[in-house]
Amino acid sequence: MSETTPSVRSLPPEPAPRRGAAAAAERPVVIRAENLVKRYGDFTAVDGISFEVPAGESFGLLGPNGAGKSTTMRMIGGVSRRTGGRLEIMGLDPEEQGPVVRAHLGVVPQQDNLDEELRVRDNLLIYGRYFGLPRAYLKPKVEQLLDFAQLSDKANSRVDDLSGGMKRRLTIARSLVNEPKILLLDEPTTGLDPQARHVLWDRLFRLKEQGVTLVLTTHHMDEAEQLCDRLIVVDEGRIMAEGSPAELIRRYSTREVVELRFGADRNAAVAQQIGDLGDRVEALPDRVLIYARDGEAVLEAVVARGLSPVTSLVRRSSLEDVFLKLTGRSLAD
Amino acid sequence: MTELATRLEPSRRPLAGLYSGNVRAVVVRGLMALKTNNWAVFISGFVEPVLYLAAMGIGLGPLIGSVEGPGGEELAYSAYIAPALLAVSAMNGAVYDSTNNVFFKLRFSKLYQNMLYTSLGPLDVAIGEIYLALQRGFLYATGFMIIMSTMGLVTTPAALLMIPASVLIAFGFAALGMGITSFMKRFQHLDWINFALLPMFLFSATLYPLSVYPGGIQLFIQALPLWHGVELLRSLSVAHFTTDMLWHVAYYVVMIVVGVVLTTSRLRTLFLK
Repeated sequence: MSETTPSVRSLPPEPAPRRGAAAAAERPVVIRAENLVKRYGDFTAVDGISFEVPAGESFGLLGPNGAGKSTTMRMIGGVSRRTGGRLEIMGLDPEEQGPVVRAHLGVVPQQDNLDEELRVRDNLLIYGRYFGLPRAYLKPKVEQLLDFAQLSDKANSRVDDLSGGMKRRLTIARSLVNEPKILLLDEPTTGLDPQARHVLWDRLFRLKEQGVTLVLTTHHMDEAEQLCDRLIVVDEGRIMAEGSPAELIRRYSTREVVELRFGADRNAAVAQQIGDLGDRVEALPDRVLIYARDGEAVLEAVVARGLSPVTSLVRRSSLEDVFLKLTGRSLAD
Repeated sequence: MTELATRLEPSRRPLAGLYSGNVRAVVVRGLMALKTNNWAVFISGFVEPVLYLAAMGIGLGPLIGSVEGPGGEELAYSAYIAPALLAVSAMNGAVYDSTNNVFFKLRFSKLYQNMLYTSLGPLDVAIGEIYLALQRGFLYATGFMIIMSTMGLVTTPAALLMIPASVLIAFGFAALGMGITSFMKRFQHLDWINFALLPMFLFSATLYPLSVYPGGIQLFIQALPLWHGVELLRSLSVAHFTTDMLWHVAYYVVMIVVGVVLTTSRLRTLFLK
């Protein structure tokens, strides 16, 4: 919290990116949020967020824990009443028409809340019933979803007996039972091992191909880069930046980043000595980052000055760097 | 994929934000979950009033002999307390379900939160869950009626009206019970309900007439819900119809309305905040 860079903080809010605007012109907007505010007593969780999501887009909310992502998702789902602002989901206010709006939403909450008193197949079946869907529709649909979630052979198992990845897939399958037009995913892959994450990403890609609008929150940068067409970076309830992952990297970072480790006690001192290299130097407690177009050249320059880092790495810029630039903090905080 | 319909039609139904007309799904879910329920707990609630009937009616009854019934005629003691214990049976069934089970779904399994992420509204959930609780009250009451009739305590066809009346009693306790449970935050809070229920059971003119109390205490007992159920069923058991019954019924109707409104608004406060 204390590492905030004032100059970055006072940046005016980003105008809507051109690419998003062009896409919105072609495709109708399904989510329109204007100046959303949510307060809990004295605490402001969401502080005037505005965005639009066109149909079929994969839209991300990126930010650290407590940034207001989940609260925003809950307002979209109509399960949290906003303190101020306007919100339209497919033309309706989710507060006034909750059941109607939710009939076309799929929700994957941060924590799996499967019905542990029911078996795997029954979980899907009854969830469909909650939407008032008839048995004749649900019978084949449930089998199809079990297949999609790769859980066909677990259909009669107890939910308790599933692994974390299986539960997550079942939760996602369940959210699709009503063929939602918008799928809300709150940190869909948190707590999953890399292999399970890739399986999930693959499933989400397929949905996107089918034209489902995806809205997801994450604090995994690679996930945002993999899945999102466009995203907003949220911190302390406000939008810090908006754009596609590539745009954001171009705008707020350099092509490459050199990561150097000199040991915790030396990092800050060394950062002073190499402050002139690259476009920008950032000293973190555990490493020094140098932002530059050509990382290898910078690394050679560092070595030429007689400095020998314990480890060094030249990599492409990522959203992690964008976030660091915008908030002065790394996401892992 | 077909063209995306991106504008939804608003529902013109009254209470559109609270109700989707799909109570049935909530009930179906409850019945599906019943398969995995703990049957021992289910039975224990039923057994309690049966044991009282056996102990008091068979054990104590011969010592007491006969007592004056609602119409003024003399009744065997077991016939006097049986309708009251039937009311207790209906109450127990409804209360066990609408407190313990509801509490678990509310605070631990997050079932209601889950349901409210779908197109179900809080009113659908409230009515569905209250229905499940009253159904348990109905089952207990029916079982108790069967025991009564095998003991020869059902003497008039009008006594069959005790079954729908038991449903009314169960409905009232289920609705109010769920409403009250929605305020509970810890399991220990549920003990307060049991703490209130036992004296209400013992003192609501179940085992002896109201007239043993001084005036002030009589009024207090008459303000409690169980007394109305006891009086209603006791009158029906001997086909003694009076206008007082309308008041007893009205009491439960108010209890049901208050319970449903309270539960709905609490679900809204808790999960649509």
